[in-house]
Amino acid sequence: MPVMTYREALRSAMADEMERDESVVILGEDIGVYGGTHLVTDGLLDRFGPKRVIDTPIAEGGFTGAAIGMAMMGMRPIVEMMTWNFSFQAVDQIIQNAAKVRYFSAGQAGVPMVIRGPNGGGVQLSAQHTHSLEGFYGHFPGLKVVSPVTPHDAKGMMLTAIREPNPVIFLEAGALYGTKGEVPEGEALVPFGKARIAREGTDVTLVGYGRQVNMLLRVADRLAEDEISAEVIDLRSIRPFDEQTLVESVRKTHRAVVVQEQWRWYSVASEVAAIIQEQAFDDLDAPVERVSGAEAPAPYARNLEIAAFPNEQQVIDAVNRVLYR
Amino acid sequence: MPNVIMPKMGDAMEEGTLLRWLKQVGDEIAVGDPLAEIETDKVSLEIEATESGVLSKTYVDEGATVPIGTPIAAIGEESADTAAAAAAPTEEATPALPAEAPPVAQDAEDVAVEASPVAASGANGRAAAAVPTPAPAPSEAVPAGAATATGSGERLRASPLVKRLAAEHGIDLSSVTGTGPGGRIVRDDIAALLTGAPRVSPVPDQAPAPAQAPVSAPAAAPVSGPSGRPAGVPRELSKIRRTTGRRMAESKAAAPHFYVTSEVDMVPAAALREQINAQAPDDAAKISFNDLIIKAAALALREYPNLNASLENDQLVEHANIDINVAVAIEGGLIAPFVPDADQKGLITIARMSKDLVGRARSGGLTPDEYQGGTFTISNLGMFDVEEFIAIINPPQAAILAIGSIKDVPAVEDGQIVPGKRMNITLSADHRVTDGAEVARYLQSVKRYLENPLTIAFA
Repeated sequence: MPVMTYREALRSAMADEMERDESVVILGEDIGVYGGTHLVTDGLLDRFGPKRVIDTPIAEGGFTGAAIGMAMMGMRPIVEMMTWNFSFQAVDQIIQNAAKVRYFSAGQAGVPMVIRGPNGGGVQLSAQHTHSLEGFYGHFPGLKVVSPVTPHDAKGMMLTAIREPNPVIFLEAGALYGTKGEVPEGEALVPFGKARIAREGTDVTLVGYGRQVNMLLRVADRLAEDEISAEVIDLRSIRPFDEQTLVESVRKTHRAVVVQEQWRWYSVASEVAAIIQEQAFDDLDAPVERVSGAEAPAPYARNLEIAAFPNEQQVIDAVNRVLYR
Repeated sequence: MPNVIMPKMGDAMEEGTLLRWLKQVGDEIAVGDPLAEIETDKVSLEIEATESGVLSKTYVDEGATVPIGTPIAAIGEESADTAAAAAAPTEEATPALPAEAPPVAQDAEDVAVEASPVAASGANGRAAAAVPTPAPAPSEAVPAGAATATGSGERLRASPLVKRLAAEHGIDLSSVTGTGPGGRIVRDDIAALLTGAPRVSPVPDQAPAPAQAPVSAPAAAPVSGPSGRPAGVPRELSKIRRTTGRRMAESKAAAPHFYVTSEVDMVPAAALREQINAQAPDDAAKISFNDLIIKAAALALREYPNLNASLENDQLVEHANIDINVAVAIEGGLIAPFVPDADQKGLITIARMSKDLVGRARSGGLTPDEYQGGTFTISNLGMFDVEEFIAIINPPQAAILAIGSIKDVPAVEDGQIVPGKRMNITLSADHRVTDGAEVARYLQSVKRYLENPLTIAFA
């Protein structure tokens, strides 16, 4: 199986779909001539030309609205947000139009589009450029929200996203563009609504998504030294949500720790904890623990930024609490 | 079979830690025998038996912390008769009883409802109180609901998983000791009952399962801190540390503190002390500077009763008695036993008393009525060579007096430089109760007593 970076996996999926389906186009700031701020679209302008790889003005509301119109007329646009922080400029288009047109039109029109870009922090971009928006976008019916962590899933879920008949919020792990992994060739689609068991275990279920999954795997290694067997679940798909995999795991381990970079209040971890207590109450041996980002705007200083995000020790402490150790 | 409960040893006590069992299961117990050593948030003391019999079961492991009222042990009779023991009022009455005693299984639920709430204990340290316990129901017939109530009528804490497993396996959770927070029964606590091992039975003569050592947290391995520096080793705060911290934070948050410092000439006090101690019959009768200060502060409070007061819920209570607390540094924290009616006691009485209180404070031998209460506090760091310091008010009191070291300084008398001894005293006062002028006048009074120490000696 070829090894490629997370960035190359995304590019490969988009290029494959553009080859396969000429209604797929890409819009965004600096994605063409410059190759994308994060070089995800590098080379695509040369390959597919300016009619399908469209450099836009710095106007997220405008080009997102334009893409929604294209999608309603039968095209499959991919919109790049240079970072998801800039999507706040386009929230009205995304929530009021993209998420609702199918509903408003009683199914006569749909919005098959992908909005993608780096999400989350960890690279010292400070408060206005550091947000984890999965809880925010996951709140709205009509949107699908995914957050892959491996190059394998980045490609497989991008293929699925482009073929999806509804708007997809594709949250990329911005800090992981350069990480490498095996990616199958061809149409290895990864379905939405299916979590991945990243590591099997029996004593405690660690739940995460995006770059937190890599931390959870390191935590699981450390716990193994103490003879604690941790199961790591990579949610991958925030909406739709795979309740079954989660609940089955907790029924086995009786304990869960949910980890997220975003703030705790009204967050993905809160929803996960609620699902567990609704569906696995009688299997719980301890309250579900949440480990989240510090309740403050993201700091710029490196030491503070590290302190503001969940770390391995916090997760291990939570594991010890649910194990009553 | 009477239960021994974790006693309430003071108003502030909410939970206690069982330090050590002094009797083992199977030991004969006589009334007054020490059963266990417990630690409250302030002191450690022994629980004495108020029933005689045989220690038939302990419910709490050494080191475990449980809420007050939690049964910690059961005292039974030698034989295995169960329900009748609790019901029998006297030995003489027993012959008639068996026929009247209700069937055991039925008893279980009835008693759970009737059981009186935890009997209050006296403040004299004789702590053990007995509550009736439900007789053990036959294990095959435990209804699921019975697993959620303890003998004292309190809700039994168990994880949802444990409750389900107990219902499925017919386990009576009231006989299981929980090791989770607040005594929550967690799966590990019933693991032995699930694997087919002999079921733990509450029958008195059956040997209990070996006491389970609390699972210790994994040794904190040195890990890297944020900037690559080694992280510190985390440590749980001691109980007394937490209590001290909580009370001080409450005080600082609620009471607007202000501080007034005064300098006292201690040459006359030093001379008087030397004179008294030269005649002391024994070491216990020797007076310290602190004893002089206790007496001086107490006498001055007679003139300023507003400072000998407690403020609670917007009500100021002026105390008729003047009980002076002395802050004592003990291992891991602070405790402030008090000298009652310090204004009325002679210096040597104060000296003997404070030596005794301080000694027992350090050995953990104070009883709650010796440190709960008091009307005014003195904190003295004079022995540590400090110029002066400010103390946090000991709530709900109105003020606290902080004592610095006595310094040898050049002093000016009648235009001549002479050797002098000076001491700074600082009063922290609650601005809701008093103002600067009153505090300054109070300090003048303390100063006058200390600088004219015969007025203390003969007061």
